[in-house]
Amino acid sequence: MSADTHKKPKKFVQDRDALAWKGRYEPYDLAKEFLIALIVVIILVAGLAVLFGSPDDKPVTVQSWSTANPVDFAQTAITELDGTSATATYGPPYNLNGDAQSIGPIAPAKWLGVHHPIDTANDYVLGPLGTLPESPEVQAAVAEYKSASASQQAAWTAAYEKGVANATFTNGTLVVPAGDYGPVGTIVPALTDMARSGALDGALLSSRQFYGTDYTKPLLFIADGQYLSNLAANDHLSGDQWGMMNETGQWPGQAWLWLYTLWYQVPPANTSDNGDILVFAFMIGLTILLALVPFIPGLRSIPRWTRIYRLIWRNHYREVEGGSTGGGTSGSPPQVEATSPEPEPVPV
Amino acid sequence: MSAIALVFGTLFGALIDLNKPGNYIHWGFIQMSYGNLIVIILMVIVFFAAILIPFKTHKDKGGDR
Amino acid sequence: MTIADPKAPRPDQADLDKAADRPEDADQWTAKIRTAAVEALPPQRMLPDRQPAYVASWIYVFGVTTIAALCMVIATGFVLAIFGPNWWHVSSTGLFVNSLHLWSVEIFMFAMVIHLWGKFFMAAWRGKRKATWISGVVVFLVSVGAAFTGYLSQQNFDSQWISTQAKDGINSTGAGAIFNVTNFGQMIMWHIVLLPLVVVALVGLHVLMVRLRGVVTPFAAKNETPGVQPGSDTAGAEVQA
Repeated sequence: MSADTHKKPKKFVQDRDALAWKGRYEPYDLAKEFLIALIVVIILVAGLAVLFGSPDDKPVTVQSWSTANPVDFAQTAITELDGTSATATYGPPYNLNGDAQSIGPIAPAKWLGVHHPIDTANDYVLGPLGTLPESPEVQAAVAEYKSASASQQAAWTAAYEKGVANATFTNGTLVVPAGDYGPVGTIVPALTDMARSGALDGALLSSRQFYGTDYTKPLLFIADGQYLSNLAANDHLSGDQWGMMNETGQWPGQAWLWLYTLWYQVPPANTSDNGDILVFAFMIGLTILLALVPFIPGLRSIPRWTRIYRLIWRNHYREVEGGSTGGGTSGSPPQVEATSPEPEPVPV
Repeated sequence: MSAIALVFGTLFGALIDLNKPGNYIHWGFIQMSYGNLIVIILMVIVFFAAILIPFKTHKDKGGDR
Repeated sequence: MTIADPKAPRPDQADLDKAADRPEDADQWTAKIRTAAVEALPPQRMLPDRQPAYVASWIYVFGVTTIAALCMVIATGFVLAIFGPNWWHVSSTGLFVNSLHLWSVEIFMFAMVIHLWGKFFMAAWRGKRKATWISGVVVFLVSVGAAFTGYLSQQNFDSQWISTQAKDGINSTGAGAIFNVTNFGQMIMWHIVLLPLVVVALVGLHVLMVRLRGVVTPFAAKNETPGVQPGSDTAGAEVQA
C-alpha cells in the first residue's frame, strides 16, 4: 500500500470510520441463504393469507350515499351550489376560492396554481342536471337560476341552506321547511333524485370523456358530505384517531406511518389551518436527518453509546478480549479483504 | 367438485374473519389498534431474538468445510 | 483496427472470452466500463462464498429476508396485473392473491424495519459506507410511497378514504398539482410501473454497494485501540479504503 506522504493521515473517528478486516473468514452460502429466506417468506405469507385474508369494503357511490342519507346529500349539494363546501373553498389545485397552506412566505400550492379545476356549482349540480332527459321542470329551474343575478342566487341558496338544515326525507321525497328558495327548491331535490337513481355517478365520471380513470370529481363530492367520514370514524380511520396507521376491520394497517400520524394528534398541527404543510415539512426534515445520520456527530454516536453492538458481536469480542494471547484476532496471518482465503485453522 | 370448492373457498376466504370493528388501546393521547400493536410488539421481540439467539456457524458445527 | 481476413479462421467464443483486454481497444467505452466494473467487483466479490467471522448473528438475515419478501410482493403483484385491477373484487382466488400481496408487503416492511434497526445499532455507515446507508433510507421512503399508491389503487372504501384524506397533505406541499391521489389511473401506474422500477433499481444499487465495501467491521474491542489495526506494529490508522 503506497503511502501518501503529501496527505495528512486522516484522524480515525470511531463513529464514522472502520478498519478493513484482517481476521478470519468463515464459509457463508449466500445463495442458499436467499433460497431459505424465500421459502420461509412464502410459507409465512401463505399462512397469514389463509388465516386472515385481506379487507375489501365496498366503495361508497353517490347513489349509495344519497340512498342511505339523502338529507346529508342535500345538505352537501346546497353547499356545492353556493360555493361554501370544502371543495368549493379549497383553493389550489382545484380552484382559487381559498388560501393554500403556507409556512410563512412559503406556499407551494399557491405557486403551482390550479391543475385540477373544479367548479362545484356547475360540475356537481347544474351541469349534471342539464344532462337529464325529459325533465322540463328541472331544466327551467336551472335556466332560471343561471340567468339570475349573483345576489339573487346568493339569497336563494342562503335561505335553502338554512332550511335544509332541518330537512327530512319521507316517502321518497326530500321535505324542506317552507321558504323563499326560488328555483333552488327544485334544483336540490332533483339532484337528490338523480343521485339516488345512480345517474349522477355516471354524469360526474364521464363529464369529460368516456374512458374515465380519474375519480377526483365524484370522490371530492362524496368527501364533502358527512356520510363517508362517519363510516371512516366507525373504523377509527379519522385523522384525529391515528387513522393514517389503521386499516378497516381488525387487520393491521400501516404501522410504519406511526410518526407521521403522531404529529396530527398534537399541537400545533392538530388545530392549525396549515397543519398539513407543518407536518409534511417536519417529516421531510426528520427524514433528511435520518439519511444524513452518518454525517451528524452525536446522532451517529448513539449506536456506540447504547452498546447493543456488544450483543450482536459478542462472539467476536469474546474471541478478541477473552483469554487470547496478545491483542488482535486469532493469530492468523493478515488477510486481504475480498479474496477467498484458505479456511483458517480454528483456535480452540 | 363441490367439496374441493368448499375447501378452497374456505381457505381463500380466510379462516379468521377480521372484518369486524377493531379494538383499540388508549394510552394518554396514543390510540392504537390491536393489529398494529401486535405487529409493533412482534418487531421488537423479533429484533432482540435475532440478536440474542445463537447463530450456528460452520466452526460451531465441528469444523467441516 | 484491422479488418479481418475473410479467409482466416473465425475466432470462436472461447477465444473471445480468453482474449485479455487488448491494449489497442483500451480506449473503447465498452472496454473501459468492463475493466472498471471487473476491477471494482470481481466475481469473488460479487458472489463471495465467505464472510468475516463476525458475520454470525440472525440479525444479518433481515436484509435478504426483505429482498425475499420483495420478490413475493412483485410475484403476487404480477398475478394481480395479469387479471386486472377488478379481479380480486369478484373472484375468491383473486381475493386470495390480494391477501398474499398484502401480507407479503407486511412482511417486507417488518423485515426492512428490523434490518434498519440492526444496521443503525451496528453503525453500518462506518468505513465509507455512507452511500449504502443513504440508499437504504431512500429505498425505505420509496417503498412507503409504493405501498401508499397500492392502497390508493384498491378501488374500494379504503382507497376512497385514504385518497380524500391524503390529498390534503400532498396538496399542501404543492405536489398535488402533479401527483393526484384521487386519480386512480395515475396512481395505479405509479404503483405498478414507476415505483417498482425505482425500488428494484435502488435495492440493486444498495446490494452492489454492500458487495463493494463488505459487511461493516465491529467497533474496536476493549483491548484494541480504535483506529489501530489489531496485531499491527504501526500506530497509524489504516482507515478502510
